[in-house]
Amino acid sequence: MAVDRDTVIRVARLARVNVPDADLDTLADELSKIIGWVEQLDEVDTDGIAPMASVADMKLRWRADEVTDGGIPDKVTANAPDPQKGMFSVPKVVE
Amino acid sequence: MTELRDLTIAEGRDALVNGEVSARELAESHIAAIEGARSLNAFITETPVRALADAEASDARRATDDALGPLDGIPLAIKDLFCTDGVMTTAASRILEGFLPHYESTVTANLRAAGTVMLGKANLDEFAMGSSNETSYFGPVENPWRRDGDNRPLVPGGSSGGAAAAVAARLCLGATGTDTGGSIRQPAAFCGIVGMKPTYGRCSRWGIVAFASSLDQAGPMARTVRDTAILLGGMAGFDPKDSTSADLAVPDFEAALDGGVKGLRVGIPAEYAVDGMNSEIATLWDQGKAWLKDAGAELVDINMPHTRYALPAYYIIAPAEASSNLARYDGVRYGLREDGADLTELYENTRAAGFGTEVRRRILIGTYVLSAGYYDAYYLKAQKVRALIARDFTEAYEKCDVILTPTTPGAAFAMGEKSDDPIAMYLNDVLTVPASLAGLPAISVPAGLSGDGLPLGLHLIGRAFDEETMFRAAQALEAAAGFDVRPGER
Repeated sequence: MAVDRDTVIRVARLARVNVPDADLDTLADELSKIIGWVEQLDEVDTDGIAPMASVADMKLRWRADEVTDGGIPDKVTANAPDPQKGMFSVPKVVE
Repeated sequence: MTELRDLTIAEGRDALVNGEVSARELAESHIAAIEGARSLNAFITETPVRALADAEASDARRATDDALGPLDGIPLAIKDLFCTDGVMTTAASRILEGFLPHYESTVTANLRAAGTVMLGKANLDEFAMGSSNETSYFGPVENPWRRDGDNRPLVPGGSSGGAAAAVAARLCLGATGTDTGGSIRQPAAFCGIVGMKPTYGRCSRWGIVAFASSLDQAGPMARTVRDTAILLGGMAGFDPKDSTSADLAVPDFEAALDGGVKGLRVGIPAEYAVDGMNSEIATLWDQGKAWLKDAGAELVDINMPHTRYALPAYYIIAPAEASSNLARYDGVRYGLREDGADLTELYENTRAAGFGTEVRRRILIGTYVLSAGYYDAYYLKAQKVRALIARDFTEAYEKCDVILTPTTPGAAFAMGEKSDDPIAMYLNDVLTVPASLAGLPAISVPAGLSGDGLPLGLHLIGRAFDEETMFRAAQALEAAAGFDVRPGER
């Protein structure tokens, strides 16, 4: 399926990536080619085949529901762009 | 004694044990080599101070007979996708420039506990997305090899391109890589070294910057099969912090090497003779079959009918997982922040400024195939095809013990040669991706030179958690190939 400019805008919005107008046509063209190329999968008969999400043929392990770490707010926020009083900061969300 | 930088890991280990060399001498010779080879751009961060401290600690242990094992004192490059406590970790992305982890990935923690010496953080494609190391925010890596009579710089392959170039150029004795669709094996083939991806679950993913979590796997890169076996022993192991880590003992991989291949059934899948494979690669594959047969193996024709669908399935699954994994880079908790009028704009501006074009492209593809109305047609379909590809392998292993294919459809290419055609770039991984989708161990062994003097690799794929048989076959292949050409030698 061809991916048009509007679709690129919609997907970029979903992905929270600002795409400049100047890039929209190129991206629409590139994504169309890639999506067109992956559509060869339609040739494969997958009726009755269970989708495979992971090769790890195992049940996920359980562990006791207890605190195993924490108490390190300085380390957790050490790489934050604008940490304040041991917390992350964001622009005002609620007026 | 051999020039220190020409030692293999096995020889370095023996020289350290016999007191012929110190870890400090090994580290110093490699630090000097790295400084002299900066034009390759193999490292994003060099850590000479740390390397000397590691080496001195190793020598001190050895002086009191407290050496930690075969890797104690061995200098390594670490792909800059492994988080290293207090050492910048960037994933070759602007969005993580300056990121200083306060924790250590399990694989590098295992290597530290084994006494290895870290020389630096190796360059890679941004977030390991690429097959040429040209997508790094910190610039492309140059392959130490050149074509005969042609001085144009070539790509080292990717995404573990810095690690592969560093090993090939004798800037380290070995390196860690990661492989999602071929990111260890393809650069190993392009640089004339050995690169090995273990079974999914053999090495912990904890602390490795995530790309596609159902595929990502760490593995060793070095100059001999034996060295990769030794190095894997230091990297692997069960880790409760990775929910997909396999709770299995780590075998003595090195001990498995010398069993020979007499009676081993080597599967040859006709479907790997893909369109676009050049005749040199086809000839090398035939040569590889002959070598293993002469060594006593039995060649078995096998069919893997879904092989050609592996790459398109991969290019749905990997971007889908990437788009989810990379949602964490939001400008709030770590990494780059670009301000905006509100929170959404902050996210959008940060991610626009922080991600390069290939990463952005994959995030958009991944978001598209996961979005409402397209999920079943693309993502679910790809997961079903993945199941069929895994079934191809299961059925093949009823007839054979290991599978032999070429590693790549061609040799290293020039910088810029494929960078404006994403699909042409993706085709580099056509022979390595099927084993990734099935989670199987696989290794690339340098086996010959192209007509214009570039290294070419052969690829062996093993059964899940049977790295030992794969290593045994790889050792036989390496012995028969006798590849001993060095970059810049011709």
